[in-house]
Amino acid sequence: MFFDSFTELFNMGGHGVFVWLSYGLSALIIAQNFISPMLTRKKVIKDIERQMRREQK
Amino acid sequence: MWSALKRLYHQLGSPKWFYELTSRWSPWFLWIGSALMLVGVVWGLAFAPADYLQGNSFRIIYIHVPAALLSQSAYVMMAVAGLVGLVWKMKMSFVVGKTIAPIGAGLAVMALLTGAIWGKPTWGTWWVWDARLTSMLILLFLYMGVIAIYNAIENEEMANKAAAVLALVGSINIPIIKYSVEWWNTLHQPATITLTKKPTMAPEMFIPLVLTIIGFYCWFAVWVFARTRNEILWRERRTKWVQRILSTGANH
Repeated sequence: MFFDSFTELFNMGGHGVFVWLSYGLSALIIAQNFISPMLTRKKVIKDIERQMRREQK
Repeated sequence: MWSALKRLYHQLGSPKWFYELTSRWSPWFLWIGSALMLVGVVWGLAFAPADYLQGNSFRIIYIHVPAALLSQSAYVMMAVAGLVGLVWKMKMSFVVGKTIAPIGAGLAVMALLTGAIWGKPTWGTWWVWDARLTSMLILLFLYMGVIAIYNAIENEEMANKAAAVLALVGSINIPIIKYSVEWWNTLHQPATITLTKKPTMAPEMFIPLVLTIIGFYCWFAVWVFARTRNEILWRERRTKWVQRILSTGANH
């Protein structure tokens, strides 16, 4: 590792707050990109099934 | 030759073909992309040496550059998809273009946010109205414009056409972003990576960047596939093949 300790990795010589903040915000956007289509898929499937049931009646 | 092209056109235009192909491809893109991102980010954050000028703040590069690069590539893909849709009347192409817009907008936000956070310790300010930053902000607005068109226009054919035209007109912004650091005086540093010149970065700083860029493109493919598949399921809900997928357990 480039840093001597994990505390140093966390602090990054005073730049830690900037580095970790940008990685944290990026992680949120990335997670949203993975999760949102999964939720949409569930909803689409539910909508299709509901529509099919209604038409069968 | 001609018949092969014709077959390709029909395959590309076929939602079923796209759906089946991406069921097979998505896991590969997901796992290869995740492995590359994991190695690249850990390497970049903990093992790469600090920059002699910027110190440790430069480590933001390993997500900022992939996001910025991809938000522009995604825009080009969206514009090309719109063009193909307009010229060859290919429905599937419009669908892909539509699904890229929200992903691209998220990537533009990510590039702007990480850039602002990087700017603070490096330039002493979160934001300046210079050419590079302003043209990136315009890129975000163009994505939002495409999303707004799809939300506002009920008629699908009209929405597709309007969104494609906006995407095509807005693509003039892409060369402006790219050359903004050369044409105008700007705080933003010139490109770190060029395809033609040798990297100016040390390999132990450069390789993780290449890893996160490729990894991000793989993830982008996963996101576009997933959203496009949802659109396909809904559009093709009355076909036999979708009914079969739904009846045999929907988790694939």
